[in-house]
Amino acid sequence: MANMAQAIRMALHYGEQHLGVTEIFGEDVGPPLGGVFTATQGLERSWNSPLDERGIIGAALGLAWAGGRPVAEIQFVDYIFNVIDMLKLAGNGYWSSAGRFKTPLVVMTPTGSGIHGSMYHSHSFDSVATKLHGMKVVCPSTAIDAYGLMISAIKSDDPVLFLKPKALLRAKGAELIPGEPADEKVLHEMIDAPLGDREKWKPRWPELTDYCVEIGKARISHPGSEATVVTHGRMAPICLEVAQALKAAGKGSVEVIDLRSLIPYDWDAIKTSVRKTGRVAFVNEETEITNFGEHLIRRLIDECFYELAARPRLLAGKATPGIALSPSVESFIQPQKTDVERVIGELLADPA
Amino acid sequence: MPSAKTSSESPQAADPYRKLGAAKLFKIHELMVRARLLEERLIKMSKGGDGFFWIGGPGEEAFNVSLGLQVKKGRGVDHDFLHLHYRSSAIVLAMGAQPIDSLRQMRSVATDPYSKGRSFVNHYAIAEFNIVPVSPTIETQYSTAIGTGIAQARAKTDAVTIVNGGDAGTAEGDFHSCLVWANRPVLPLPILIIVVNNGWGISTKGETQHGERNISDWAKVFPGMPGKTINGNDVAESWGALEEALAYVRKNRKPYLLEARCSRLYGHSSSSGANRIPEADSIEILESAMTSRGIAAPSDFAKVWEREARALDEAHQQVKSEPFPEGDSAWQDVFADGLPPSYPVKGGS
Repeated sequence: MANMAQAIRMALHYGEQHLGVTEIFGEDVGPPLGGVFTATQGLERSWNSPLDERGIIGAALGLAWAGGRPVAEIQFVDYIFNVIDMLKLAGNGYWSSAGRFKTPLVVMTPTGSGIHGSMYHSHSFDSVATKLHGMKVVCPSTAIDAYGLMISAIKSDDPVLFLKPKALLRAKGAELIPGEPADEKVLHEMIDAPLGDREKWKPRWPELTDYCVEIGKARISHPGSEATVVTHGRMAPICLEVAQALKAAGKGSVEVIDLRSLIPYDWDAIKTSVRKTGRVAFVNEETEITNFGEHLIRRLIDECFYELAARPRLLAGKATPGIALSPSVESFIQPQKTDVERVIGELLADPA
Repeated sequence: MPSAKTSSESPQAADPYRKLGAAKLFKIHELMVRARLLEERLIKMSKGGDGFFWIGGPGEEAFNVSLGLQVKKGRGVDHDFLHLHYRSSAIVLAMGAQPIDSLRQMRSVATDPYSKGRSFVNHYAIAEFNIVPVSPTIETQYSTAIGTGIAQARAKTDAVTIVNGGDAGTAEGDFHSCLVWANRPVLPLPILIIVVNNGWGISTKGETQHGERNISDWAKVFPGMPGKTINGNDVAESWGALEEALAYVRKNRKPYLLEARCSRLYGHSSSSGANRIPEADSIEILESAMTSRGIAAPSDFAKVWEREARALDEAHQQVKSEPFPEGDSAWQDVFADGLPPSYPVKGGS
C-alpha cells in the first residue's frame, strides 16, 4: 500500500496531468530532492523556490489570480508563522473583492509532532489555521484520504490549507488508491526516486483516477455506541487503535470520528454521534489554550447540552512554549496513546 | 551625452512636453484634475461623516496618470497585472475606473463594486483590468506580484506585472522577496517594480530610517537590472521614464526598478488630519509647463476644473441616495462555493 507521501505525490501528479496544476513549488520541492518528505518527487511541474515563505505564498496568490491552480509548500508548518498575513489575504481575497477574485490555491505543509522534531519541527497550527476565515483547512490521517483530499483541494475555487501530519507521512495505507498497483514494491520501483544520482531518473506513474474526498466530510473510522471521539491527523490512528482494543476487550464501544476537514468541519457527523452516545472527547495535538476542540465543545454545549451524559473532554498538547527534543519531555507535552486510553476510560466510567 | 540624433534636433523638438503633444497633455491634465478633486472630495466626506477613514494619493497624479495611460489594459495573462496600494487612485482613473465607485467605497454603500462596503476607500479590485485586490497590509503586493510575474514569464506575451507601493514599506521583507524572485536566474520575471517615494512613513521621516542613497540602488546588486530614480511630480519625466521601463520589461522579460519621488499633499491619511501640505504640486507644474509653452491658456484649465467638479457633485448626490449593505451580506463571498449549511453563524452561544 502507498504511504501518505506517495499518495500526495500521486494526487499531485493527477493534478498536473488532468486538473490544470501548472506550478508545484516551495523550498526543495523540485529535483533533486522532491520535498523533504518526498511528497513532490518526480513531478513534472515541481520546482525549487528561494528560501522565502512570504514569497512562496505571495507567488501562489498571484498565480491563482492569474488563472492558475498552484500548489505551494511551506516546508514545515513551524515556518508558516511569518506568513500569517499572506494566508489571511488568501482567505479574505474573495470576500474583500466583493466576490470578484477567486483564490484557487493549495498550501500544503507538514504539521505536528512525532518525529523528534524539537521546537521548530513539531508545531501544530490548527488554532491559527481555523481562524484564517475564508480558507479551507484539511488534515488527513490515511493515505487514501490524503489522495482524495488533495484532488478536492486542487479542484476547489477556495484556498485550501493542506496539513500533512509529519508522523504519518511514512505510514502505509490500509486501502488501495484507485489505480495503485497491489504490490507496494512495484509502486516503489515505479515512483520512488533512487538514492544517489537522479539526473536521468523518470517515474512511471500508475493509471490514476479522479477520486475525491469531499472537503467538509468526516469519516467514522470506528463505529460505536457508548462514547464519541472526535480527532484528526496524528491522533486519529491512535484513537482508532484504542477504540479497537477497547472493543476487543469488551470494555467499551467507542465511535471514532476522523474529521479530515477542520474548515468547514462536519458538524452533522459530530452532533449525530454525540446524540447517540452522550459522551464525547475531542483529541488533537494542538496546545490546550484556545484549542480548536474547545470551539467544538462550546458549540456542543449550546446545541446538545441536555443530551450529554457526561462532561465533554479535551485531550490536547500542554501549553508549553515549545515541544522538547528529549523523548521523555516530548511525550509529556504531546498526547500519547496512554493519554487517549486514560481519557476514554474516564469518559466511559463517568457516572451519567 | 546627447546622442547624434538628439543633438541635431531643435531644442523645441527635444522638449519632452512637446514630444507628448497637446492632445495627450490635455488628456493627462484632465485625469490629474479628476484624481485630485476625487481625493479632496473623499477627504471632505471623511471629515464630514460621510464615510470613515481616508487614505489616498493626492500629489502622485503626474506619475500615476502617466502610468495608468500606458498600461496594457485587460483581463488575463496577456494583459498587464497591477498590484497597487491605497495611493493609486490616479492610476485606476487613468485606466478608466469611474470616480463614483470610489465615492461608493468611501461611503461604504452596497453598490461599492470593489468590496461591497467592506474595505477602506482606495482599495480596488477590478478583475476586468487585472487590478488584483488592494490590501491594507503594507508591501504584501510586492510578494503577490511574483505570482502574476511567473504566469506571464511562462506565457508568450508582452504583458507585464506592475507593482506599486511606498518608500517606507521597502523596509519590509516583501520588497526584497520581489527583487530576489524577479531576478532568479532560472526564471527572471517581467515585473516593473515601482516605489513612490514621498519621504515619509506615516509620521516618520524616511531619512531618519533609511540609509540608502536611492531606493532604486537596490537594483545594483542584481547584474544587469536597471534601476532609476526620477522626479514623479513632473509629467514629462514620469511619462518618459515609464515608457522606457515598460518597454524594457515587455521586451526583455526581466525586472526594472523605478523610484518616483512624489509629493504627499495631504499627509498620510485622515488619521493625521488630511490637511494640505505646502509641497510641490504636480498639477500646478503641468499647468505651468503647458502655459509657458503656449500649449494652453489658464481659461482652458478652469473649464476642466469646473467640469470635473460638477461631475463629482452629481456622482456624490447619486451615491447619497444609495442604500447601505444589509448586515448579513457579510455572509456573501466567504467561500466560492457558498457557505456550508452547518457553518457557525451565530457569533457565539
